[in-house]
Amino acid sequence: MKSHLKIESRQLNILFDSLKDLGYTIVGPTVREGSIVYDNIDSASGLPVGWTDEQSAAAYKLKRRGDNSYFGYNLSPYSWKRFLFPPRVKLFSAAKKGKSFKINSDSGNASVPIMSLPNYAFIGVRPCEIQAIKIQDKVFNNWQYIDTVYKNRKEKVFIVAVNCTQAGGTCFCVSMNSGPKADNGFDIALTEVIDKGGHYFIVEAGSEKGNELMSKIPHTVAGQSEIENANRLVQTTARQMNKSMDTKDIKELLYANLESRHWDDVATRCLTCANCTMVCPTCFCTTVEDVTDLTGENAERWKRWDSCFTMDFARVFGGNFRSSSRARYRQWMTHKLASWIDQFGTSGCVGCGRCITWCPVGIDITEEIEKIKEKGGKGEYFNHKDTKVTKEIKKD
Amino acid sequence: MNSNVGIDSMFPLPAQIRKVVWETEDTFTLLLEPDNGGSDFHFSPGQFNMLYAFGIGESAISISSDPSNKDNIAHTIHRVGSVTSVFSQLEKGDVIGLRGPFGNGWPVEKAKGKDVCIVTGGIGLAPLRPVLYSIFNNRKEYGKIFLLYGARSPLDLLYRVELEKWGKMKDVTVQVIVDRCDTSWKGHIGVVTKLFSYIKLNTANTIAMICGPEIMMKFTIQELSQRGVPPEQIYISMERNMKCGIGLCGHCQCGPKFVCKDGPVFALPQISQFLEKKEI
Repeated sequence: MKSHLKIESRQLNILFDSLKDLGYTIVGPTVREGSIVYDNIDSASGLPVGWTDEQSAAAYKLKRRGDNSYFGYNLSPYSWKRFLFPPRVKLFSAAKKGKSFKINSDSGNASVPIMSLPNYAFIGVRPCEIQAIKIQDKVFNNWQYIDTVYKNRKEKVFIVAVNCTQAGGTCFCVSMNSGPKADNGFDIALTEVIDKGGHYFIVEAGSEKGNELMSKIPHTVAGQSEIENANRLVQTTARQMNKSMDTKDIKELLYANLESRHWDDVATRCLTCANCTMVCPTCFCTTVEDVTDLTGENAERWKRWDSCFTMDFARVFGGNFRSSSRARYRQWMTHKLASWIDQFGTSGCVGCGRCITWCPVGIDITEEIEKIKEKGGKGEYFNHKDTKVTKEIKKD
Repeated sequence: MNSNVGIDSMFPLPAQIRKVVWETEDTFTLLLEPDNGGSDFHFSPGQFNMLYAFGIGESAISISSDPSNKDNIAHTIHRVGSVTSVFSQLEKGDVIGLRGPFGNGWPVEKAKGKDVCIVTGGIGLAPLRPVLYSIFNNRKEYGKIFLLYGARSPLDLLYRVELEKWGKMKDVTVQVIVDRCDTSWKGHIGVVTKLFSYIKLNTANTIAMICGPEIMMKFTIQELSQRGVPPEQIYISMERNMKCGIGLCGHCQCGPKFVCKDGPVFALPQISQFLEKKEI
């Protein structure tokens, strides 16, 4: 059994300093412009001390908690994919050489991307976010090709997980088996406890790197009652969770309902704004942009996040495979909850609820799946006959 | 497949244009000599390359040449967008970028000992030409060959000289049909499925390979199925928007399949559940 350690909250800065000593650039939650984002922070005072967030469909608000908790909020609109799978990556630059061209990378080695490789320590990774990282590990290594930009960053990262001691209004990690407590996938995991006994963290090390870090931070072995306090908080969080999703046979359900009339219903609300895909910690679609300088002699290729909700996403000569918003919402949800399982052996959803909070019209993936189950049947749109083609065939 | 292939798969290599052949008013073939670091460029019939116009962008183009010819890698290109328009202005000696080959291929091995029925529409003939070359290079290994080919008009027919040549070969049936024409056209008029009434398939022993617009493939599948060709003997090649070619960008998904790496060629049972649905 893993041993549980205890750090006093006032020692939290030593964790920051120790990580810095080990050469890590620390990224963690911090308050900015009315929300909690993930960015470079220097010390524990950069954390959202005393803040929490209220989340519901299409609503997010920061609020004072009335205590000095460091991790008393639920989830940031940001996710760690921003750092492991950056929104924009320069793949290469190229220069014309006579009629030909040459690909350049600063390292002179094509397999090493041009971007400098940061040595990140993530502080405050929620259990559902650890699950998201595990999912992206599979996405970016499809057994034929590897996204080396992701791989190189992931290999170096140090993960400080923080278990959840309250449930957000849109959370459903219990259904997705991804929280509120992380069992593995971290270097160390903290559970923050504030009670009569004080303000402290129960710590579990999950790797050699984690053990090494803990040897630098003053700690004690946690007492049984302290461990139980921490466990109780996590259990309460699980019970608090209002939302749930029935994942039994969900792939079969969605594959059987590709023509459900409910897609028509979602389409009347969905703005195809792509917010859900931007905040989703597992969405991985990208596009490439090729550009030149003014002389036309130097070119670059950039990879950037894309979304299956954009109009151009499925465009080919002669049209767009998914021009209607119902087809695009169906693609997103069916991919996330069903075809992802065929592709990567896991659901693409971790139950973080970001897509619900940040949907401007409050579309709730847990409610939509229930309605698909209730309604079934074929939608109007999908009953529509391909009259033009049928006529052409008949003509012969 | 090489599981160590990383982001360098996104780096195009220079490829010199050896020849430009205009097939129709808006479709041309570039014969390319890839700078493959001295090693031969190997591909299977049905695979595609990502061709790069310097600073403009890329286009996924099927390889349309004989796989045994390692020096002239042919790409038949329909001029439709910014990248293909740039390609259409190039001449012998110009250089473009090439990365690939990507995707799987047609079942040329599985088709050995069998009849092969190829049904294509428009530029869909291009990715099947390497199949025909492979068959003709090993002619004894295959049974009867049927090529059913539909085009918009007589002027849109690709590889006209070769079509005539293939049509005269023993045990090869070439049937061509056009959507519209003037009175000078003496051939068939209509959709490609009409051509099935002019051939006799030994359905149990036939491998069918289809490439064309999705709607044309749908009706061809119906026709083949009605005639008794089992679904596992029917193969199609799909087209989707592709940005990476290596299953990472997500654009080419059709149901659970990444068309770029799981396809573009699929046996019908692999994909039929999704193919039938609109806007998948």
